[in-house]
Amino acid sequence: MFEAYLIHLAILICIYAVLAISLDLAMGYTGLMNMGHVAFFGIGAYTSALLNMAGVPFIVSMLAGALLAGIFGFILSWPTSRLRGDYLALATLGFSFIIESFMKNWTSLTRGPLGIPGIPRPNIFGLVISSQLSYMIFSLIVMVVCFFIITRIEKSPFGRLLEAVRDDEVAAKTLGENVRHIKSMGLLVSAFFAGIAGSLYAHYISFIDPTTFSILEVILLFSIIIVGGLGSSKGALIGTIIILLIPEPLRFIGFPSSIVGPARQIIYALLLLLIIYFKPKGLFGRVKLGEN
Amino acid sequence: MEKDIAPILELQDVSKNFGGIKALDKCSFYIKKGMITGLIGPNGAGKTTAFNIITGLLKVDEGKVLFLGKDISRMPTYLVARIGLARTFQQVRLFDNLSIEENLLVAINHPGEKFHKCFFYTRKSNSFKKKIEEALAFVGLNKSMTTIASELSYGQKRLVELARALMMDYSLLLLDEPTAGVNPAVREKLKSLLRKLKKQGKTILLIEHDMDFVMSLSDEVIVLSSGTKLMADKPEKVMKDKRVLEAYLGK
Repeated sequence: MFEAYLIHLAILICIYAVLAISLDLAMGYTGLMNMGHVAFFGIGAYTSALLNMAGVPFIVSMLAGALLAGIFGFILSWPTSRLRGDYLALATLGFSFIIESFMKNWTSLTRGPLGIPGIPRPNIFGLVISSQLSYMIFSLIVMVVCFFIITRIEKSPFGRLLEAVRDDEVAAKTLGENVRHIKSMGLLVSAFFAGIAGSLYAHYISFIDPTTFSILEVILLFSIIIVGGLGSSKGALIGTIIILLIPEPLRFIGFPSSIVGPARQIIYALLLLLIIYFKPKGLFGRVKLGEN
Repeated sequence: MEKDIAPILELQDVSKNFGGIKALDKCSFYIKKGMITGLIGPNGAGKTTAFNIITGLLKVDEGKVLFLGKDISRMPTYLVARIGLARTFQQVRLFDNLSIEENLLVAINHPGEKFHKCFFYTRKSNSFKKKIEEALAFVGLNKSMTTIASELSYGQKRLVELARALMMDYSLLLLDEPTAGVNPAVREKLKSLLRKLKKQGKTILLIEHDMDFVMSLSDEVIVLSSGTKLMADKPEKVMKDKRVLEAYLGK
């Protein structure tokens, strides 16, 4: 029983790590205050679940979900290309509300607030990942691959351009860099991997509904990358582990669940305050939040 | 001033309004190749606006900007930069979280930095090290290349910004108040650097408030006032001109 619980936590950590690392690519590396990350998470989850249930092979569904999320990221970058900081945060938040409203109201496709139950476990070339343990291994592999690819992008010369755009768009332009395109690509890749995380989530929990991809998740993700530190994939990974594990002991103290929920929020808030007060760059961050 | 040497940059009746304010009002001037040209004028004369128009950061309301014979008034900033226009800023604009080396590398547009080449190159392998070392030696900055930009003093940041502009494949260099906020020693150094660049055949246009600096360095001086060209001539003539004094001090 306890073992199953630990495996469950490990799977969630893998999924959220992919989300956090991809969000950090947009926020920490490209400097885009992106509050719409959960929308990409949701697009990936819904697309992958619906395609797979319609008979499309799992791997194709997963990649299609990620690709669609990436395309949405790319498209979102056009109207928001002149926005920065708080304004961009609001615009991307608006985008996530639009997507949420599609999930709620396009009932013929998404079943609206009823959600989509019975999403099957992945079947990869006949190999069904059904047990908890195998799903943990599967998501760990996916997470490591995503981590590797994203850090590889960050450490490439293109990653340098992302950082240059974050630090000073105007200077980057006058040095001959196509800032608009760089931001679009940054958001595309970030959204793509959020889509991967969405697919992982949908096929694990086997049920998704619009509330899964609400603003509360954004706050959780922001907490993760603020604690871990902006501009560091390692920070995003360790931030995920910390944020997901810290409230867990509450379950064992024996509080009623009506207290556990709010207590979790209190712990997150305290943690954020402590980090911002004592270590404004987070644990492994290289960039201060809101510096640009 | 006669057009005896081909102009590399020309503004033709450029106007730019900000709301009701005419920052540039049918402003026309041109820059000759291989020369240092000073752009002076009282505060609010439109000097920095002119720079922003030339580099495409602002778009003209009316008029044309010709660079190397091409109309660049509707061209996006990054393309203007790629065809050979480098600039520095009044307020230094470095990439604060990047090292000196990486700051300079951003100025080199090489194919390896394209997105689809992500998995073939890493940031660490730098095939332009020699070029960077030369640029840093040229501006006389003795700091380790790996120093993060935000750790530099103001004067050092200015030098890095200049070195970064020099990394570009430019034919015209725009300097917006290069001496603002730097000590006299760095100022002298800048002067000799700009002279060296001129000797190498580079064309420089600089905005400057330090009259000694601009008059001793420039081959020609353009005076802007209220968004239009007041005059353009040799420094000694500009200095003696009554209209210039009036523009600065009032009648």
